[in-house]
Amino acid sequence: MSEALVEIEDLKVHFPIKSGLLFDRTVGHVYAVDGVSLRIRRGETYGLVGESGCGKSTLGRGLLRLVEPTSGRITFDGTDVRSLKGEQMRRFRRRIQMVFQDPLASLDPRQSVESLLVEGLKAHGLHRDKAAVRDRLRSTLDSVGLPASVLNKYPHEFSGGQRQRIGIARALVLGPELIVADEPVSALDVSIQAQVVNLLGDLQDSLGLTYLVIAHDLAVVRHISDTIGVMYLGSLVEEADGDQLYERPLHPYTRALLSAVPIPDPYVEDRRERILLAGDLPSPAAPPSGCRFRTRCPWSQDRCARERPELRVFDDSGQRVACHFAEEIRSGALRMHEVRAELVRPDADSPPDVGAGLIQTRPDLPAP
Amino acid sequence: MPLLDVRDLAVVFHRKGAVPVRAVDGVSFTVEPGQTVGLVGESGCGKSVTSLAIMGLLPRRGNTVTGEVRFEEADLLTLRPQDLRDRRGRDIGMIFQDPLSSLNPVIPLGLQVAEVLERHRGRTRQAALREAGGLLDAVGIPDPTRRLKEFPHQLSGGMRQRALIAIALACRPRLLIADEPTTALDVTIQAQILTLLKDLVDRSGTALVMITHDLGVVAGLCDTVNVLYAGKVVERAARHDLFAEPRHPYTHGLLQSVPRLDADRGGRLHQIRGSVSDNIPWSEGCAFAPRCDRVIDACIGETVPLEPVRRGGALRCTNPVPQEVAA
Ligand SMILES: Nc1ncnc2c1ncn2[C@@H]1O[C@H](COP(=O)(O)OP(=O)(O)OP(=O)(O)O)[C@@H](O)[C@H]1O
Ligand SMILES: Nc1ncnc2c1ncn2[C@@H]1O[C@H](COP(=O)(O)OP(=O)(O)O)[C@@H](O)[C@H]1O
Ligand code: SF4
Ligand code: SF4
Ligand SMILES: [Mg+2]
Ligand SMILES: [Mg+2]
Repeated sequence: MSEALVEIEDLKVHFPIKSGLLFDRTVGHVYAVDGVSLRIRRGETYGLVGESGCGKSTLGRGLLRLVEPTSGRITFDGTDVRSLKGEQMRRFRRRIQMVFQDPLASLDPRQSVESLLVEGLKAHGLHRDKAAVRDRLRSTLDSVGLPASVLNKYPHEFSGGQRQRIGIARALVLGPELIVADEPVSALDVSIQAQVVNLLGDLQDSLGLTYLVIAHDLAVVRHISDTIGVMYLGSLVEEADGDQLYERPLHPYTRALLSAVPIPDPYVEDRRERILLAGDLPSPAAPPSGCRFRTRCPWSQDRCARERPELRVFDDSGQRVACHFAEEIRSGALRMHEVRAELVRPDADSPPDVGAGLIQTRPDLPAP
Repeated sequence: MPLLDVRDLAVVFHRKGAVPVRAVDGVSFTVEPGQTVGLVGESGCGKSVTSLAIMGLLPRRGNTVTGEVRFEEADLLTLRPQDLRDRRGRDIGMIFQDPLSSLNPVIPLGLQVAEVLERHRGRTRQAALREAGGLLDAVGIPDPTRRLKEFPHQLSGGMRQRALIAIALACRPRLLIADEPTTALDVTIQAQILTLLKDLVDRSGTALVMITHDLGVVAGLCDTVNVLYAGKVVERAARHDLFAEPRHPYTHGLLQSVPRLDADRGGRLHQIRGSVSDNIPWSEGCAFAPRCDRVIDACIGETVPLEPVRRGGALRCTNPVPQEVAA
């Protein structure tokens, strides 16, 4: 196993929920990231998946300290990131760059491509040698497949795929080692998505980049990732090599997630077994006790409400899972049962309405 | 006889000082009673405009709609507004991607469902409210009687979409048009909603037009699929035919470019070069020509017609992917 570039240990990012006339009272917390530990090896692609709101983006932002973690350790290439201050932190930032989902929203419409790219160089004092800058911009644009002539253009003059290339160029121009890509292709059409996925792969090969790719599309993540981590409500519930995760998902949530992803092949679709989850993701402001997945888990037992399962190594394969009953579920000793859906309110600060009706997976129309 | 027969539908948007946009450019397809028909294509290919034109929901000014939309005997495009409204509530239901924008934010859910039942099925308020509870229950909303008094913003996205489905189905329409109903939802919630739709359609015999950009959704749901590109149907085939043997170079390329969950960790994906904005909208020839690997002289300059092929399918291409290669 090659060396770890990033090591995250028991990372927590909690956002206070403010209330009162002056928003001066803290009435609770959103447990966006609540104890995540993982390692990203140099040169690999680590894919992070999970439903929206489960804390993927917050983890990525916490890693860059774009939001300040509540606790935990982040080590990057041997450096303790959370202890860096002021100038040190600023210099360090160069080594990790981010690519965002919406290429339009993350690019300032009034800035030309040139000024967008130079901006990053300026922040790090790398803009003084004009000739060197020009060379750098040209070669960066070339590496993302854009001609140098785009430098004088503005974001609105480009298609979605081209805008994402500019977003990637902006991340690359500083020569980072790690790129955190948060939903880099989810706003793009399928045919364009393929172009960007390929580009990310080519850049990794030629520049030796390490990626943390955050995405909700499991098919994309499986295609590009060496290792996949599955998040649920602020924690990592399973982690494995991509093929292994698909062949042998151990956590009930992973199984449900995999079974829910549509596959563009009618023969496969007609024969697939689906594990339909009842209800919605609970609010991260009021996570269930014990196992956070227990309110939707078709295998949950009494113990699951009392004890929070730790992410543990399952066997020699290195696959990690956070479920008390992974062995019993896998062997079939534990059977699925029906789950009562709990109503989850969209506002993050209201606790879930427990004990509501039963979600029917085979509903009947009422009699006319 | 088909339930819905769309013939040569075209929608042109006019704007002062701008070139008119042919958003829908001669779309034809039929829907048989009880059938599920897919309209797939990438952003901007005209899916939503097609469905809005069918429902008569396009803005009254600034566009020209031509062609025919036959629903049973009537041509929906020439119906009086009042008659069209009646049809819309009673015979044709519609669900959209963003349920919040189609639900009234200040009216309790129960009342919104009940109003549909009163208006289109002549129920009394009392009876309608009772039935509304049953409908919310049928679409899997927990504790439906309590939900009746609640407002849309109190529900999650998935639950709102269920409520919208309940409203659309309140009148037991013969046709349901769903425009990207799961695109804004998480994949586990999408699976719930698609299963719900499939069951409802199976049980009630309602025909469904499913509009989506997701080929996986189509693969599990639709009997017949229409692939749209630049406002035109470029290929139509039965579900199994389309995925096993795509003949249009665009369909073929699209299927090859999607990463599949059940494929091993891959090398490079097939890519279609360029983007939709490379179309030359005013050209007579095939709109896909600038991106097509199989382009020949005949593709450019003359209109490429949609011609019937195998088992009720159709193809708009002068140099289609040969059948043995397509497999
Ligand atoms: N009111 C309008 N005025 C002018 N042009 C319009 C209008 N509505 C849509 N269009 C144009 O019509 C074309 C088709 O739009 P439509 O919304 O049907 O696409 P779509 O296939 O539904 O795409 P998506 O997948 O993004 O929903 C686009 O080029 C769009 O910009
Ligand atoms: N700045 C913030 N303040 C308060 N809550 C936040 C903030 N950022 C994110 N959250 C909350 O944290 C949770 C996780 O969010 P996020 O990391 O964006 O999830 P994901 O990327 O997996 O969709 C959500 O409930 C979100 O509303
Ligand atoms: S610990 Fe219990 S509730 Fe959690 S996933 Fe395992 S079986 Fe389900
Ligand atoms: S008509 Fe010609 S350009 Fe168009 S898709 Fe067919 S082969 Fe390609
Ligand atoms: Mg996110
Ligand atoms: Mg649309």
